[in-house]
Amino acid sequence: MSQLSAELLPLTRDPVAIRGRALSLRRHVLRMAEIVGQGYVGQGLGIADVLAVVYFAELRTRPADPGWSDRDRFLLSIGHYGIGLYAALAEAGIIPLAELDTYGADGSRLEMSAPETTPGVEITGGSLGHGLTQAVGMALGLRLQGRDARVFNLLSDGECQEGSTWESALAASHYGLDRLTAIVDCNNQQADGPPARVMGIEPVADKWAAFGWHTQRVDGHDIPALLAAFAAARTTPGRPHAIVVDTLMGRGVRAFEEREKNHFIRVDADDWALARDQLEASS
Amino acid sequence: MKTGMPRTGVTGNILTSDTSGAAATESAPFGHALVRVAEADARVVGLTADLGKYTDIHVFAERFPERFFQMGMAEQSLIGAACGLARTGLIPFATTYCVFATRRAYDFIAIGAALGRANVKIIAGLPGLTTGYGGTHQGIEDLALMRSVPGLTVIDPCDATEVAQATAAIARHDGPVYMRLLRGIVPKVLDPATFSFEVGRARLLRDGADVAFVSTGIMTPRALDAARQLEAENVRAAVLHVGTLKPFDRDAVATLLARVPHVVTAENHVVTGGLASAVADMAVDERLDIRLARIGIPDCFCDSGSLPHLAERYGLTPRHLADAARNLLRT
Ligand SMILES: Cc1ncc(C[n+]2csc(CCOP(=O)(O)OP(=O)(O)O)c2C)c(N)n1
Ligand SMILES: [Mg+2]
Repeated sequence: MSQLSAELLPLTRDPVAIRGRALSLRRHVLRMAEIVGQGYVGQGLGIADVLAVVYFAELRTRPADPGWSDRDRFLLSIGHYGIGLYAALAEAGIIPLAELDTYGADGSRLEMSAPETTPGVEITGGSLGHGLTQAVGMALGLRLQGRDARVFNLLSDGECQEGSTWESALAASHYGLDRLTAIVDCNNQQADGPPARVMGIEPVADKWAAFGWHTQRVDGHDIPALLAAFAAARTTPGRPHAIVVDTLMGRGVRAFEEREKNHFIRVDADDWALARDQLEASS
Repeated sequence: MKTGMPRTGVTGNILTSDTSGAAATESAPFGHALVRVAEADARVVGLTADLGKYTDIHVFAERFPERFFQMGMAEQSLIGAACGLARTGLIPFATTYCVFATRRAYDFIAIGAALGRANVKIIAGLPGLTTGYGGTHQGIEDLALMRSVPGLTVIDPCDATEVAQATAAIARHDGPVYMRLLRGIVPKVLDPATFSFEVGRARLLRDGADVAFVSTGIMTPRALDAARQLEAENVRAAVLHVGTLKPFDRDAVATLLARVPHVVTAENHVVTGGLASAVADMAVDERLDIRLARIGIPDCFCDSGSLPHLAERYGLTPRHLADAARNLLRT
């Protein structure tokens, strides 16, 4: 293996640096979405702050060697958030930045729903409710082999309705998987509308706590609060960690934030310039 | 495509449908048909698992809000609750995508619906390559799974006319049904004045003595296209549409194949366990001496991509059907 491949992605816990990364991620998201003209832009923008913290403050990875066996694992359950993950992978140097222009195109590795064949994508999400099940297995397997790698699973408020999520929540707690962190993105949206109208999940933090998880709930755009929550997860032993993040879909682009039906959005060709302007103005 | 390669198509919306070449279309044929059925029969109720807008059952939900149950994204609960509703005498129509109904909730269909003889109608969207969203969303093996469940009726309609007629027919049919759904803007190929759907009956849409297309679902319009292409070469092709995979209309298929032994099956599904298998089983049972070419998805999970790109890549276009017929006749 080459010298380069062993290099770790440098981490920082400086909120200003993380905020800069988050802005870059949002720019990447708009770049991808603009080419396709539509997509899960709301999710990509909404989760950018969280992903900036995960990738640039927490995750131990080797960008040139994404299969390194002692890496921390980030499992994207919600495959349709792939646009957000690709932004992070490109920003981290795991995939080439130029490849972002192929998002959603026939033959591209950057499929609308993220597949595990893309470097840095650990599992094929998209059939929702899978991520945490495999995260539990990975955490058990890594522990058995004496590896201290951590496992993160990003799941959605919608996924809190799948039975498999709670089956895994029981298992993680039963086995005391304290190297496992579930990040629960509460963006208050799913395919048919807000969860409160579709199938209520609140008080969702209480549910994770009742399942035996070390649970925190923070504003998913408050970077110091996110950094503190991940630090607490890192240093609290004995239980798995749930970090419930409240996020705003489309965050950073006012026109998208204000859209009501924003699970999948279409944007007229002329409006992308406005979106880019709004993003720059927000930073 | 890798960096720098020219862009061809894009995957786009999960629901992007391919209506190219369709002379006529209809919007949300299932949703509107269900409303008509429900207006006449108060036992009809609807359910979904966070895919109301995506399976056209929102049309029913708007008309009959009190008879509609949003179950959240929880497919096992969806099918289980539908079975419970059926046990109280109601006729539940439960919608989700093929993959989530059959993969996630298989046990609930097998036991709650089929073994329990519950009068539930499972309506499953995005069959086969009607979505570009890759292996997680393309229901490519659902017919095989559902055909193998004892007592389940399995339907793969081919257009808007049949979707609407089948919706009414399965509401009248007593017993569990799995029906693939074509949603949104759906091509209308069959004339409702002359076509009539009946559970368990195949329909000969076109007769011909040289080669027989036996097709189901969205492959039937493509078989009709292929038959027209062949006509220009003086090859007369029959098209038998098998809208109900189970119970399988053995008589209709056997009668045609005894007469026209060069057979091309066509299905929007893997070639194992679906229509091709049903035809081959029947031919062996009936000792028919046929030559069979099978058009369908090979034994693989499919790529993501635009629908025309995928149809081409996996060999599901009318041209592929016509070529299969030509090859059969040549050898
Ligand atoms: C098991 C499963 N059921 C249904 C779907 C269809 N689906 C795709 S996204 C989605 C909404 C899920 O909620 P969430 O992830 O919170 O959506 P978002 O916040 O992105 O709007 C649904 C129902 C799916 N992908 N997987
Ligand atoms: Mg959500």
